[in-house]
Amino acid sequence: MKVTKETIEHVANLARLNLTEQEKEKLTTEMEDIISYVDKLNELDTSGVSPTAHVIPIKNVFREDEAKASYDREKILANAPSTENGCFKVPKVVE
Amino acid sequence: MELYELTAHELSDLIKDKKASAVEITESLLNRIEETENKVESYLTVCKEEALAKAKEVQARIDKGEAKSPLAGIPMALKDNMCTEGIATTCGSKMLENFIPPYSATVVKKLAEEDAILLGKLNMDEFAMGGSNENSYFKKTKNPWDLERVPGGSSGGSAASVASGQAVFSLGSDTGGSIRQPAAFCGVVGMKPTYGTVSRFGLVAFASSLDQIGPLTKDVTDCALVLNAITGHDKMDSTSADIQYPDYTKALLNDVKGMKIGYPKEYLGKGISEDVKKAVLDAIDTYKSLGAECEEFSLPITEYAIPAYYLIACAEASSNLARYDGIKYGYRAAKYTDLLDLYKQTRSEGFGAEVKRRIMLGTYALSSGYYDAYYKKALQVRTIIKQEFDKAFSKYDFIIGPTTPTTAFKLGEKTANPLEMYLEDIYTVSVNIAGLPGLVVPCGKDSKGLPIGLQLIGKPFDESTLLRAGYTFEQNTEYHKMRPQI
Repeated sequence: MKVTKETIEHVANLARLNLTEQEKEKLTTEMEDIISYVDKLNELDTSGVSPTAHVIPIKNVFREDEAKASYDREKILANAPSTENGCFKVPKVVE
Repeated sequence: MELYELTAHELSDLIKDKKASAVEITESLLNRIEETENKVESYLTVCKEEALAKAKEVQARIDKGEAKSPLAGIPMALKDNMCTEGIATTCGSKMLENFIPPYSATVVKKLAEEDAILLGKLNMDEFAMGGSNENSYFKKTKNPWDLERVPGGSSGGSAASVASGQAVFSLGSDTGGSIRQPAAFCGVVGMKPTYGTVSRFGLVAFASSLDQIGPLTKDVTDCALVLNAITGHDKMDSTSADIQYPDYTKALLNDVKGMKIGYPKEYLGKGISEDVKKAVLDAIDTYKSLGAECEEFSLPITEYAIPAYYLIACAEASSNLARYDGIKYGYRAAKYTDLLDLYKQTRSEGFGAEVKRRIMLGTYALSSGYYDAYYKKALQVRTIIKQEFDKAFSKYDFIIGPTTPTTAFKLGEKTANPLEMYLEDIYTVSVNIAGLPGLVVPCGKDSKGLPIGLQLIGKPFDESTLLRAGYTFEQNTEYHKMRPQI
């Protein structure tokens, strides 16, 4: 599989990363190496094999919907990079 | 013998016989950290005052006959991806450099309930991605056997601290070998329990279908003691298994007579160093001489385990790490133009190169047009891997093999080529993919004097058989007594 600079830019945008030109170049080569290597899986015939997302058969773990006290607002906000009036502060979202 | 050199069960006996107090033991460990930390660099945070205060409090309760756990008064340390309320939890990343968790992980609470003493938080590859600790944002931990070599990773600090007497035991996490590989490199015992055995609540997520917490200890008895403390169902982790958990110390029997052991020929094939191969074959001979039946078998899927692993792990990581957006906690870039740019700048500045590489690979594997070819394909291969192990376990009580192809490598030796570093995980990743338990015990040294780790792989939820086999090995060899000179 050929990895192009355009592919890297597209994936970086999906992953919300800004890459420098140098990073893009390096990642293009590295990703191509890695993806050519993982293409090895195509040697295996997996038709009719069902995928395993999870190894232990646990399904639909429910609990009662009960109201409980949560963490203190101050304690949670203490880790936030920017706050105002007890809220997380972010740049303007809606124009 | 200094107190810091002893195992948890030896120290527990001393406490019981009033020959040492929790305070004296904690002081011995803290002094050892002070003396050796400039060389080994295992710790990101040392909680000196808190540890001493806790030791005093625990000793007072031991004196009153209240603190009865075998881990009461035993000083230990945690990989820095387990949340500790009020104590920094960085995950080895600039992204979480200033993160102080508002709550503690379930394992942290469980060890506190056993009255173990928390000495501090241990270095790791950023977000547990790496096999050398060279991906930590903060420092490079050294292998106590040779300070020019890596301790392994990602739980490198967890292994190096136990090997060098800076912690009696530690907890690490293992997504593709991150407990077992550093345990092998540093000559300590490491266990990755069956997926779902130990609660992951409060563990910073890397790849949620693979991650599992486990102990690193000086011997198999300590491993059983720590497992007893940390296993169990947790309603805060919906993937934790709701089963009856055994008393793991009951498995500590010096007897493997009649046990059936399989060793995959693919694990002793190309790529393995002669020293490692010889040590593993010697261990097989030891088991034979003790009355076990050992047989070679084929696990042909082995060569496909690494590509499947990196696709699954990176896909899950790219999704899990989407939460680091600079809004609610963690790093935020100083300069940005709008909300989208805030996300991008924050993530670009906050993550290191390996984390970005894996997010990119995972995002690619999950992106439109590639999902079936990569992610779904990897999950299908996972089914085949699991089936091959199931088939093997219909014949064998457990599987034996090497942990790593080589012993600890030099700092900087493998950083240039990420793919080469990934290939090091050949013997460990299948165990995570199939959700199995894996125990590593020291089984020799190579010509350079570096430790070699034997890997025992078990049936799901059958940690007890591995502990029994590991314990028997220890009782009949001296490798678990090897300690590095620092």
